[in-house]
Amino acid sequence: MKHGKWPLIVTFLVPPVLLYVFFVVSPYLQAFQISTTDWLGYSADANPVGLANFKTLWHDDYVWNALKNNAILLGLVPVLTIVLGLFFATMLAMGGRKGSAGVTGVRGGALYRTVYFFPQVLSVVIIALLWKEVYHPNKGLLTTALHGLGLPAPTWLGDPATAFWCVLAVMVWSNVGFYVVLFGAAMSAVPKEIYEAVLLDGASRFTTLRRVTLPLLWDTVQVAWVYLAIFALDGFILVQLMTNGGPNFSTDVIGVRMYDTAFGSETKFGYASAIGVVMFFLTLSVAVLSLRVGRRERIEYS
Amino acid sequence: MNRRDILRRSAAAGLLATPAAGLLSGCATSGGGDKKDAETYQGTKSAQNPLGVKEDAPLEVVIFGGGFGEEYAKAHEAMYTEKYPKAKIKHSSTQEISKTLQPRFVDGTPPDVVNNSGSGQIDFNGLVSQNALAGLDDLLAAPSLDIPGKTVKDTLLPGAVEVGSYDGKFLVLNYTYTAYGIWHSAKLFADRGWSYAKTWDEHIALCKQIKAAGIAPWTYAGLHPRYMSWPLISTAIKFGGPSVATAIDNLEPNAWKSDSMRAAADAWHQIVKDKYILEGSPGLDHKQSQTAWCQGKAAFISCGSWLESEQKDVTPAGFNMTIVPTPSLGSGDKLPFEAIRGTAGEPFMVPAKARNVAGGLEYFRTMLSKKGAQDFTKKVASLTVVAGATEGVELPYGLSTVVKALDASGANGFNWVYNNFYRKLERNLVDAACGEFFSGRIGPAEFLEQCQKGADSIAQDSSIKKYKRTA
Repeated sequence: MKHGKWPLIVTFLVPPVLLYVFFVVSPYLQAFQISTTDWLGYSADANPVGLANFKTLWHDDYVWNALKNNAILLGLVPVLTIVLGLFFATMLAMGGRKGSAGVTGVRGGALYRTVYFFPQVLSVVIIALLWKEVYHPNKGLLTTALHGLGLPAPTWLGDPATAFWCVLAVMVWSNVGFYVVLFGAAMSAVPKEIYEAVLLDGASRFTTLRRVTLPLLWDTVQVAWVYLAIFALDGFILVQLMTNGGPNFSTDVIGVRMYDTAFGSETKFGYASAIGVVMFFLTLSVAVLSLRVGRRERIEYS
Repeated sequence: MNRRDILRRSAAAGLLATPAAGLLSGCATSGGGDKKDAETYQGTKSAQNPLGVKEDAPLEVVIFGGGFGEEYAKAHEAMYTEKYPKAKIKHSSTQEISKTLQPRFVDGTPPDVVNNSGSGQIDFNGLVSQNALAGLDDLLAAPSLDIPGKTVKDTLLPGAVEVGSYDGKFLVLNYTYTAYGIWHSAKLFADRGWSYAKTWDEHIALCKQIKAAGIAPWTYAGLHPRYMSWPLISTAIKFGGPSVATAIDNLEPNAWKSDSMRAAADAWHQIVKDKYILEGSPGLDHKQSQTAWCQGKAAFISCGSWLESEQKDVTPAGFNMTIVPTPSLGSGDKLPFEAIRGTAGEPFMVPAKARNVAGGLEYFRTMLSKKGAQDFTKKVASLTVVAGATEGVELPYGLSTVVKALDASGANGFNWVYNNFYRKLERNLVDAACGEFFSGRIGPAEFLEQCQKGADSIAQDSSIKKYKRTA
């Protein structure tokens, strides 16, 4: 097999690399170039304007407003999703503690696992439309339930005070299922004996989670963190379909700003590319930062 | 060799490939462009063929697949091929006009006819400022296909040319004729013995009566609140005359804070203050609010004359939707109560770099023939810009009220076009301000302030081309 290694590697690696360069790297480079022009997108004429687009961007209140929303998402979506994901995964893996069987999941674990995973099976578009109906201010599930209890209900997506949080909740809801499965898989790799020892020492469930499970799962949590951070910086599809940034820009995110600038209310492709470039660097820095900050010693069982 | 080495080497290979990708990066903005001259189709002009169509030249038509569907366009295409049997027509329909066609504009190979409409519409300001559209003057001067003795221009309703003109150049054919007003169910009003109020004070009194009867007087598309800017601006124009609209369109300083706009905003604030709007409306989109209205949960809604076909599936039988003009503010109004906003809508365009520009214009001539227009009205229940084309066509109830309203309005009809000149101003900025205003979070003064701020930001943006229109 040794002498046949190179042809194999070349056949398997070169096509994907070429595809990647062509379809991923080159558009990125192109976006960088376009961001320094005043291209309006519907002719071949574009004049180089240097960094003028970035200067405008710096003074663009709408961009800053969108970035502020992205920052809140970045602060909350990963934390909430990971906390909920860890909680559910823990309950499924070791929630039940009765009897001599030691560590088991709660009853009906398989069912829960399936149910949690449902949102992951649905396309994001379906999720957005589904929740739009749930948030229907007159006959939506939430309003009806609150009215049924005799409580007043807000107009959800129609009110700048609530709309953003409604979208945020959907983001968490649609992501948790995947991380329950991810963390669940990671937990099943942790040897049972460790938990049995913990159990013998009389640790509570919370202490077990904090002192034992979490450190052992750190790698996985970190990966989750990076994914979710990137998701939070994007958030485009859900926002565009549910509120399109409204009301009064209260749910605007940077992705929607970019789309709107190029394909929505204007055709400023040069300026939109500048927003894209900023987004690229933000995402990159967040990914690098979260990998750096989260670096810890790796624990290997064996 | 281990896995890490492989990864490292492949990364290096990727870096080597990068300069090649750098060369690619020129493509988007420098490609295409010059392909035009190579293969455009042009025939010889004659009395029979005033636009110089090359009879065997293929024609590509892209239709917006929205409320009107695409069947009407297929009928127009059939009429075109009847005259030019050798021409092959490529028809397609999409809801995403800008995303689908943008690369083709850049490449210099756009289709010959584009129905640039819907929420994925390409901003006309950008298209016009980049000279991407063919002028339609030849079309106007050409004789009508089946109305003898008249040029195409003579057959059009007043205002049809103006609304598609940018700095005096006619570039966009707006095919339908749309009236914007306030809608109610004639059946509901007859059952309850209500009659539509002609002045604002009476309107408020009627709202009170409607609310007492357990029905919300108003609802609106809370997620697209710009629908409510239409009656508000209409009220202001009727109060202060058409110059109110010209000032707004021309981005004149403080146009949004004129006395007329202030009077209109103060008046409309009443329905917010007195809670005459269906609860939850700020969270409804246009379909949801229109459906609530069709279900009799609210009495009034603001919309254009496409409402009837849009609501076809949910309107109860005998609902009899009726359009009426906005109430007059008082006896001092410059325009009479009957004045209504009527304008040509549903834009069609021929790209400047289309190969078969003459064919595109000829296709428009087919659409604007009496036969083409009548067929459209029959198929989609909407008026066209062709004068008198509804003769002999049986109209559905709502559309017949539109015709009546437009007739009554006559020469007092008015319109504004800032939404065509500066799409962002209506779609984003005024829209957001309306959302705040009609949900009661801000008052009339702040509302006008916010609209003015939006208009000023457009006026100050040197990257947006400015257009002016005269009265």
